[in-house]
Amino acid sequence: MTMAEATESAPAARASRVWTRDVAVRATVVVLVLAAALVLAYLRADKPVIVTQAVVTGILTGGVYGLVAMGLTLIFGVLDVVNFAHGAFLALALFITYGVVQTTGVHPYLALLIAVPVMFGLGWIAQYAVLNRAMGRPLENQLLITLGFSLLIENGLLLFLGGNPHSVHFPGNRGLPVLGAVADLSRVLAFVAALVLAGVLYLILRRTRIGTAIRAVAANRQGASLIGVDVRKIYALTFALGTACAGAAGTLVAPFTTIQPTAGQTFNILAFVVVVLGGMGNVLGALAGGLLIGLTEQLGGIYLPGQSPLLLVFIVFVLVLFLRPQGLFGRSS
Amino acid sequence: MTITSTEKPGRTGPRLGGGIGGRTSLGNLVVLAVIVVVLIPLPLVLPAAQQAVAVRILIFALMGVGWNLMSGFGGMFSFGHAAYFGIGAYTGAWLLVEHGVSPWIGMLAGGALAALFGVVIGYLSFRYRLKGAYFALATFAFAEMLHLIATSSGFVNRAVGYNVPLIQGSSFGKLQFALGSPNYFYVGLGLVAVAIAVNVLYLRSRAGRFTIAVRDDQTAAAALGVHAMRYQLITIALSAAITAVAGVFYVQYYLFINPDLAFGSDVSIQAILPAVIGGVGTIWGPAIGALILGPLSDVTASLLRNPPAFLSTLQGRGGLDVILYAILLIVLVLALPRGVYGAIRGRFRR
Repeated sequence: MTMAEATESAPAARASRVWTRDVAVRATVVVLVLAAALVLAYLRADKPVIVTQAVVTGILTGGVYGLVAMGLTLIFGVLDVVNFAHGAFLALALFITYGVVQTTGVHPYLALLIAVPVMFGLGWIAQYAVLNRAMGRPLENQLLITLGFSLLIENGLLLFLGGNPHSVHFPGNRGLPVLGAVADLSRVLAFVAALVLAGVLYLILRRTRIGTAIRAVAANRQGASLIGVDVRKIYALTFALGTACAGAAGTLVAPFTTIQPTAGQTFNILAFVVVVLGGMGNVLGALAGGLLIGLTEQLGGIYLPGQSPLLLVFIVFVLVLFLRPQGLFGRSS
Repeated sequence: MTITSTEKPGRTGPRLGGGIGGRTSLGNLVVLAVIVVVLIPLPLVLPAAQQAVAVRILIFALMGVGWNLMSGFGGMFSFGHAAYFGIGAYTGAWLLVEHGVSPWIGMLAGGALAALFGVVIGYLSFRYRLKGAYFALATFAFAEMLHLIATSSGFVNRAVGYNVPLIQGSSFGKLQFALGSPNYFYVGLGLVAVAIAVNVLYLRSRAGRFTIAVRDDQTAAAALGVHAMRYQLITIALSAAITAVAGVFYVQYYLFINPDLAFGSDVSIQAILPAVIGGVGTIWGPAIGALILGPLSDVTASLLRNPPAFLSTLQGRGGLDVILYAILLIVLVLALPRGVYGAIRGRFRR
């Protein structure tokens, strides 16, 4: 360790300790609020098993939301692009999965081998060929372009494949008993896969040269380009990684989602909520936020009967936007 | 006008280019009057099918003019104008269907309600310093919340919405005319003309000039003593009211409204597109964009009804019109970031 590093690292370490403590405090608050919400839900509900079921479903779908949001948060954090096409990419992966299963009859999860690379490639092309030309312009430009992508994909699916809903059969799917509630095997597997993919993505970002380059561009694109990072390629790679996440999520949710051109919209909205909740660019925050939003959505059905469970999600979203736009676990800037 | 000259050099976003001075705004009003007079004989020569396209263009234009005031001139990018459109549409429909109140009063009430809603949201957003992407996401969230509330609220018939009851004959008071009557066109034209005139006069006023100053450089404007939030809220209120009037007119023309048609995110997109295609932050941009979008949607619709042989598989399928919008949107944002009108004007100025 050189002298300069030694003198600099002391305050940095202290700041880091303060930040860790802050996050711990906030995480505790979040857990307490959640616990109170659960107790209240149990008191409100006629049968406790309804709440247990909501919690199980909420955690399982929350993991998937986290996976969708991870791709989005990466794009948001590194490129500063509000990607409105994320859900449309997910819908495309749904249809790829459906097509693969229909034509070959293999297990739906094998479609990952096609959906993920295809979405990676499409994401690369979308960023490298189109979005890169609008980088550095006002943010509306990129927002409108991704909006164009989403309209293009959704309506392309509608035009060529029709609007009829489809479903994918998951062989050997069954309900697993959890504390009196039932968890679908396909949902459990999707949840586990989401956790694994989150770990892989985290390791890519933290432990590989490419990941270091991505983080460098996110932190300071000019500085990164000065030390020889090809910023445009990193942009394309980041966007491609993001859409690959959407692709993986699409295949994983295919067994328990109605497959239609607009299927991605809800995921897109929820993913935005999760990204803001977790702090933009924060991959692990996205996973935590996904779990929170999954639970919020399910509890919303108990708290606001007759209303869409999404209403509670939006209320949480707006509150977080106003009170902590940097996210529950983000550093204040 | 020292304040509007605080534009940062090299800013590539929407800009005014000094189009709003004393004389030019008078010029804009003269041009507007001439256009209106020229358009008056139009419905008498247009076949019935084209009249529907013309009215759709006017609705597009009205929404675009409303969105443009807040997002183009005000610099507050809204992704949730469906909220204002829907508030207008539902207020007008509710007053008419449940209480027999004239849609003209519905326009006033809907406009006022939408303005109030916009001011509340705007106040909260600025109070908590939401900017850029976060502001756009907040507007989007509020529109979606209204969408969900309308869908599940028995007070406004849940997902069913409202059918405007048909009356015998024509009535200006009820804003209902026989199918193919030119009156719909005239009412729409009048509303668009008033909305554009309001834009011109507002931007000429003190409040309007302060709004643009705040958009161009909030720090500099604040340093000169401009109360940024006050003028931003006035701009939002006007923008919301114009968009709400478009909602009331929409219901009167199509005689039907439901949560998706009023508050769906497609509606917000429909408010954005005319301005982006025509030219964000210009007086004439939204109208020109609507003039491009309206016929385009008609052409694609008839193309799908009677497709040529090589497209015969697409018969009866939806989506082609939106695909063309999407391609147009992407190409325009990349190639003509200032829109069709903005680019043409830029060329002539040079």
